[in-house]
Amino acid sequence: MSVTREEVAKIAALARIRMDDAALDHMVPEFNAILAWVEQLGEVDTSSVEPMTAVIEQKLRLRDDVVDADPLTGGGKRDAVLANAPAAEHGFFGVPKVIE
Amino acid sequence: MTDLTQLGVKAIRDGVAAGDFTAKEVAEAFNAAVAGAAQLNAFIVATPDHALAAAEAVDAARGAGDDLGPMAGVPIGMKDLFATKGVQTTAASHILEGFEPQYESTVSQKLWDAGAGMLGKLNLDQFAMGSSNETSYFGNVISPWKSKDSNAALAPGGSSGGSSAAVSARIAPAATGTDTGGSIRQPAAFTGICGIKPTYGRCSRWGIVAFASSLDQAGPMARSVEDCAIMLEAMAGFDPKDSTSLDLPVPNWTASLDADLRGKKVGIPREYRMEGTDEEILKSWDQGIAWLKDAGAEVVDISLPHTKYALPAYYIVAPAEASSNLARYDGVRYGLRDLPDGAGLQDMYAATRAAGFGDEVKRRILIGTYVLSAGFYDAYYTQAMKVRTLIRQDFDNAFGECEVILAPTTPTASFPLGDKLDDPLAMYLNDVFSVPASLAGLPAMSVPAGLNSAGLPLGLQIVGPAFGEQAVLNAGLAIEQRAGFTAQPEKWW
Repeated sequence: MSVTREEVAKIAALARIRMDDAALDHMVPEFNAILAWVEQLGEVDTSSVEPMTAVIEQKLRLRDDVVDADPLTGGGKRDAVLANAPAAEHGFFGVPKVIE
Repeated sequence: MTDLTQLGVKAIRDGVAAGDFTAKEVAEAFNAAVAGAAQLNAFIVATPDHALAAAEAVDAARGAGDDLGPMAGVPIGMKDLFATKGVQTTAASHILEGFEPQYESTVSQKLWDAGAGMLGKLNLDQFAMGSSNETSYFGNVISPWKSKDSNAALAPGGSSGGSSAAVSARIAPAATGTDTGGSIRQPAAFTGICGIKPTYGRCSRWGIVAFASSLDQAGPMARSVEDCAIMLEAMAGFDPKDSTSLDLPVPNWTASLDADLRGKKVGIPREYRMEGTDEEILKSWDQGIAWLKDAGAEVVDISLPHTKYALPAYYIVAPAEASSNLARYDGVRYGLRDLPDGAGLQDMYAATRAAGFGDEVKRRILIGTYVLSAGFYDAYYTQAMKVRTLIRQDFDNAFGECEVILAPTTPTASFPLGDKLDDPLAMYLNDVFSVPASLAGLPAMSVPAGLNSAGLPLGLQIVGPAFGEQAVLNAGLAIEQRAGFTAQPEKWW
């Protein structure tokens, strides 16, 4: 299967990556070359195979249902959380206006 | 006095403990070596003060008669994929330029707790996506090695290219790496050093910038098998903050190192004799077989029938996970923000990600987005995960017949920078021998086997069953003892 320039543009929009014409010109043939190459997986008979869910079988753990079970990832970390924000304001993440 | 930068992990630790030299002297020697090797571009930032402070703490502890940690006095390089508190952590990307984590990754914290210090943050392929260290926003890492036939700048491998360059150039005795599809083993092979990727889950992923979470594993890169064992013991261990962390005790691999392979079986996978593999690589593989026989092992022919499908499966699974993991870079919470005049939120996301990600990262995010999209999910992603099951079953079957598997690490030796840059598929083929073990979550190691006719290092790879690090390290030790690899790059930087 190969994808058109319009389809690549749509995927880029879904992935929230702006691509101009030059970037699309470059990406479309590369994208198709990679897709053509991974198509060979279609040769493998997987009709009786389950898709892998965990590479090493493990029981999923539940943490104790308490506040701040791990103080490092619990609450009370507002300033640390905002420390690297490009536009923190009044203790919040700042974003462009999203409603009129 | 000995040149301290020639020493490895164990020699430094034992020398500091014995009082042959101080940890501070070691840190100063390596800090100077790092400062003098700017041409290699192995480090994104140097942190000489961190190395000195850790060394002074070790010297003080020794003076006070306190117990010293297993990495005490050893200054290491930290791949810039590990979050280090207060020290810029970029994943070699523009989108994380200037990001200063407010916390320390589990693996780096364990190394500091063991007495290690940090020489700096090592360059890598951007978000660990690449096999030549040419996708870093901070420029290529240059291998310290040169071919006898040309003066061309060579690839140190990737993605842990800063790590491999630094350790082989003796500007760090050891470094951390991470391996998603071969990013520890391939650069180790290209630069004549050792590197081990442990069983998936041995090392905590907490605080490692995520690429493909079901594959990402940290591991050590150093110049001997024993140094790798010491450092892996310090890095590994259960961490409740990583949902896939193995809740198992860390074995004392170092104490159990044993190169006597009598009674052990080594599998040689026939599917790895691929067309187009370098003759010299095949020759080194045969040499490796002879070495393991000499160590007492019995060599058995095994089959891993789905080998040829591992790489295409990987290039669906890894980009799919990457597209999901990298969705977090949105210009809101941390990192770069590109806000064009009058732009709304969606335009800001798209502009930020266009400006902040390199070409290879964008390529993989797009592939991943495509294979996960409605209508294509089953044909690509589900099929790849089924093939992944088959690849693991291949290994399960093989380990019924042998303790470890021996194979080449890479299909060629290092190549000149720029050689494969315009052909993503040719670049991906570098990982053809390393990806299968990654997809199956298995421990795998590269050890130097010798030099090719151009004077460049070649590596041999040992793959073990899940939790079988000891068998991998032991076979690695048997090869190391017989290869007698002492070559090192001639200093030109």
